[in-house]
Amino acid sequence: MTNFTTRLDAKFQQCKAQGHAALNCFITAGDPNYDDALKMLKLLPAAGADVIELGMPFTDPAAEGVTIQLSYERALAAGQTVAKTLQMVREFRKDDQDTPIVLMGYYNPIYHMGCDKFLDQAKEAGVDGLIIVDLPPEADDELCLPAIENGINFIRLATPTTDAKRLPRVLQNTSGFLYYVSINGITGTATPDFSVVENALIPIKAATDLPIAVGFGIRTPEHAAAVAKFADGVVVGSALVNIIPNTMDKNGKATAETFEQLTNLTKSLKQAIINAR
Amino acid sequence: MSEKKPNGLREGPDENGFFGIFGGRFVAETLMPNILALEEAYDTAKADPAFAAELKHLGKYYTGRPSPIYLAERLTEHFGGAKVYFKRDELNHTGSHKINNCLGQILLAKRMGAKRIIAETGAGQHGVAAATVAARFGLPCTVYMGAKDIERQKPNVFRMRLLGAKIVAVTNGAGTLKDAMNEALRDWVANVEDTFYIIGTAAGPHPYPMMVRDFQSIIGEEAKQQIQQEEGRLPDALVACIGGGSNAIGLFHPFLDDESVKIYGVEAGGKGLDTDEHCASLAGGEPGVLHGNRTYLLQDDDGQILEGHSISAGLDYPGIGPEHSWLKEIGRVQYVNATDKEALAAFQLCTLQEGIIPALEPSHALAYVAKLAPTMDKDQIILMNLCGRGDKDVFAVAEHLGQEI
Repeated sequence: MTNFTTRLDAKFQQCKAQGHAALNCFITAGDPNYDDALKMLKLLPAAGADVIELGMPFTDPAAEGVTIQLSYERALAAGQTVAKTLQMVREFRKDDQDTPIVLMGYYNPIYHMGCDKFLDQAKEAGVDGLIIVDLPPEADDELCLPAIENGINFIRLATPTTDAKRLPRVLQNTSGFLYYVSINGITGTATPDFSVVENALIPIKAATDLPIAVGFGIRTPEHAAAVAKFADGVVVGSALVNIIPNTMDKNGKATAETFEQLTNLTKSLKQAIINAR
Repeated sequence: MSEKKPNGLREGPDENGFFGIFGGRFVAETLMPNILALEEAYDTAKADPAFAAELKHLGKYYTGRPSPIYLAERLTEHFGGAKVYFKRDELNHTGSHKINNCLGQILLAKRMGAKRIIAETGAGQHGVAAATVAARFGLPCTVYMGAKDIERQKPNVFRMRLLGAKIVAVTNGAGTLKDAMNEALRDWVANVEDTFYIIGTAAGPHPYPMMVRDFQSIIGEEAKQQIQQEEGRLPDALVACIGGGSNAIGLFHPFLDDESVKIYGVEAGGKGLDTDEHCASLAGGEPGVLHGNRTYLLQDDDGQILEGHSISAGLDYPGIGPEHSWLKEIGRVQYVNATDKEALAAFQLCTLQEGIIPALEPSHALAYVAKLAPTMDKDQIILMNLCGRGDKDVFAVAEHLGQEI
């Protein structure tokens, strides 16, 4: 548990006060290249993103489906690094002090940079939270506890396999919000039965006051609305990321169409979420 | 964390799966309950004499254990130094040491009520062994294999299909073992309720490195007794090849506390350590986290994992089992390497001198024996793990030698 208030806490409180779930939008840092990704990052809040989850590309994203895998490959091919991802956050923060940014990725690039160095730079850049897929609670000493000491939320994933025995372990040291993974599986694949997800959240809500965001398999405004009825946050990733390969030019650059579709989908997701309750 | 313990080097890992700083459980939350359940099931099985008895029975009547040790007389003469013994795990059913581990894991899978088996494979030896035990125990099996490896290991691909396994070609990344392992992990996350993942090497999240080592330690345990019978003493040196390191840890582990025994692990030097094309994770890598464990990895300045290269698909992995990383750090095992060329020469030498066609993987071990033996006295003994046979490699070797079959 943390005893500080972060942009994430403030944003979820604000959404709650406004009577709707938060829209968490995922894009990959550096996909299809640094400049285009920075432009996307900057347009998301105005389009309706409440929280931004910024993927840190990794060569071996074992929890991602094909859409995010290819996104990470494009970003790495365009020269994205951890340092450049932090630079993107820094640039974003020049104009936006309200929208929380959560870095989402895998441990090795952070470990390689050095956890202390990474956390110093992340804090200074304006990062609010971390979701590190391959750091379970058993590894809290590695990065989770040092992150909390630096005032950065460490967001844990709970999944359909998280039973009553496991849940306390998952909730311990989790802050900002809890990310409920709607399916047993990887990103951008199956869409869950939302009534099953709603039921799965009941024991979790009873065990924590943290906001709960639901992700994996949510692609359309209809999906978002269904989840927004019972969750505090709705995460959309692959559906947004998929716009890039569908609209980029043959040199791998984003086009006007890319930004337009990204804006439109984000807007329609947000509208559906606002209208859901 | 398990530092060098007073009661020896064979006590690791600690309760969280660490050998020093190496090992651990770095997996997605979806898999954590499974990993913990697996650990519990393995602990229970280890304490159950019926489990050991069943495994021993299968080892004897199905695999053909114990595999003999064999004095390679002509090679010994050829090298002109130490006596060279082979531990002949290439004689096992399925043609390599991989069956030892697969039998152990399938028995666990049955105990845990698994309905389906998945596995990753590089050279195809582990895939064949996994498909074999799945057939033997009547479970459906899916094997993930890099597209590039499917191309260079066609005989094993067909064997797996004959055994009823479904082969999934992995085209992500470079299409080799690490990418196959990513894809197997993705399958596991999506099918965690009914699927048992048989990992083939002594890597992955705890308890896999420990479990694979335990199942493979039969190699070293037998060899220790056999060499005592033949020579009345322990060998002076052990040599084994290392990709992920399962055959090596299997041979080494029972000897770790025997200080007189020098131990050499031979990594794949590919086209040379001065090039980018090798698979020597310990010599050319740095500690990092991949596939559930912290270990030495080939990686770039940004912590992105590099693709390794080796003539041998079975050694073509940018990581290594965490216990090897620890044994390197404490200096108990010396890790060396052999290049593609040296391995190919050793492959031919062994075939011509001993009438044994070795797999390309242990050909790396033999390439180092060729350097080591002449520096030792004639009354000294080298014991090398001949962990696989080369039938699967004849097509690839023909290509490298520029010959048509």
